[in-house]
Amino acid sequence: MKEDLSDINAYKNWLIARAEPLTSVAAMLVDRASRIDKDIHAFAAIDAEAIVRRASRFEKKDGKGRLWGVPVAIKDNICIKGELTTCGSRILEGFRPPYNATVIEKLQSEGALLMGRANMDEFAFGSSCETSCYGPTRNPMDLSCIPGGSSGGAVAAVASGQVVAALGSDTGGSIRQPASLCGVVGFKPTYGRVSRYGLIAFASSLDQIGPITHNVADCATMLEVISGYDEKDSTSVDIEVPRYTESLSKGVKGLTIGIPSEYFTGGIDKDVSERVNEAIKVLEGLGVKTVDISLPHTKYAVSCYYIIAPAEASSNLARYEGVHYGRRSPDADDLIGMYIASRNEGFGLEAKRRILLGTYSLSSGYYEAYYLKALKVRTKIANDFNKAFDVCDCVLTPTSPTTAFKLGERMDDPLKMYLSDIFTISANLAGLPAITVPCGEGRNGLPVGLQLMARPFAEDVLIQVAHAYEQKR
Amino acid sequence: MGNNINNKFITEEVVRYVARLSRLSLDDEGVSRFQHQLANILEYIEQLNEVDTKDTLPTTHAMSSIKNVFREDELKGSIPLEDALENAPQRHGNFFKVPKVI
Repeated sequence: MKEDLSDINAYKNWLIARAEPLTSVAAMLVDRASRIDKDIHAFAAIDAEAIVRRASRFEKKDGKGRLWGVPVAIKDNICIKGELTTCGSRILEGFRPPYNATVIEKLQSEGALLMGRANMDEFAFGSSCETSCYGPTRNPMDLSCIPGGSSGGAVAAVASGQVVAALGSDTGGSIRQPASLCGVVGFKPTYGRVSRYGLIAFASSLDQIGPITHNVADCATMLEVISGYDEKDSTSVDIEVPRYTESLSKGVKGLTIGIPSEYFTGGIDKDVSERVNEAIKVLEGLGVKTVDISLPHTKYAVSCYYIIAPAEASSNLARYEGVHYGRRSPDADDLIGMYIASRNEGFGLEAKRRILLGTYSLSSGYYEAYYLKALKVRTKIANDFNKAFDVCDCVLTPTSPTTAFKLGERMDDPLKMYLSDIFTISANLAGLPAITVPCGEGRNGLPVGLQLMARPFAEDVLIQVAHAYEQKR
Repeated sequence: MGNNINNKFITEEVVRYVARLSRLSLDDEGVSRFQHQLANILEYIEQLNEVDTKDTLPTTHAMSSIKNVFREDELKGSIPLEDALENAPQRHGNFFKVPKVI
């Protein structure tokens, strides 16, 4: 019987029918992934020994746990105790965390088979997965294209069928944009829904961990497993986690979806707007009511984000100085010289660019003009959504203005790269939950994604609508 | 507001100064490249000035309903010393070792 990694249920049925020890299944999965990954490079590295060792630990649990034996790829910025975790950066070379991220504990308590380490843009700084110190990941749908970023490796591992699901992180679209460009489902939970403990920080007021899956039902399962309050993350929120899997069967009759005109103008591909408009028709056919809404501050989201995110990043990245962990330059004979040499050798170009940008906007004389101004515009963007949710249950937009672009195409033009995230950034600034679901292909054969956003902690509505759409499409 | 203002603000000298604050050192080519790119990005970001924020409060936290988070000051376990020092590039006994400070 041929292996089936198309979703959690299919995989579990295959696993039961195979009736082999989990360790030999794990070894087979590793071989299989290594073979598929030669062309794609979804993984920074696959530690076969560690994966089989983990499988042996679960063997005794024998079938217990909602994710028992299910291979889940983990982005290289989520800490797994004792295993290399480097954020795709030379500055963290050799770093083995002394603890597990909370989401890792949660996945393991359900028996998931963790497959590290999915490639990513260095420190999640990027929209193309090209800035990793391990080299770029390629889009499984077209190897000449980027998979999107920064969780490009985690997404490509799912899209190429190497794993059943993955965990990524999303600061400005880093789960949703690549999921859209590779044709899979990606979810960014409400800020505070999932513990960030053990997620290596990029921009602490925006970062969230979320699942990447083949379909919405698997997304609901993964979300149920990883969500919840954690005393180790004081920004996680102590409210009940609904049974997301129960929302799958609810249907969409009577729901109202807002369509913001600001997301259908400017540099958007014709293919993208056509597919998304077809999706709107499908949902209307299912009994959804649509209303035109306006999110007037949308065009300021990228500017706002590229002040706030680099500012927080420059401060978070100050901890890398070659003293406590990671890379230390041998070529320095005083302390400050060692800091500078270690950081110079350890950080790549995009990381340096963001550190400089962030330090500049926080520096004396510019703080008010840039940082404080951006925080106020952030309020305006959040208020737009608050107003919209008075008249609709969720907001529907394209996930990315274009389909996947070619490798190298935007590497010399940082601003153009930053604009790739124009539709995903607002959800992070406003802290909202958002999902991307595939909604067809462009004429180039590349996937197009549909984004849904809802009010804080209304993840269940997103699962409900996305699943209904996915079933009908 | 316009193209020239940013180029005036973010001179090569400013880039060198910010690099120093960031504990990075750049060669001349790096300074010139970053100056150009940062000026380009900041020129785009100038559009924020179009937004009237006179009566708007800044958002520092996405979930503004959360205020200070307190807990009882109870003794709990922490990471063992050996584990905490495991990743040190250089150590001396139970200390992180660094190059000469003074």
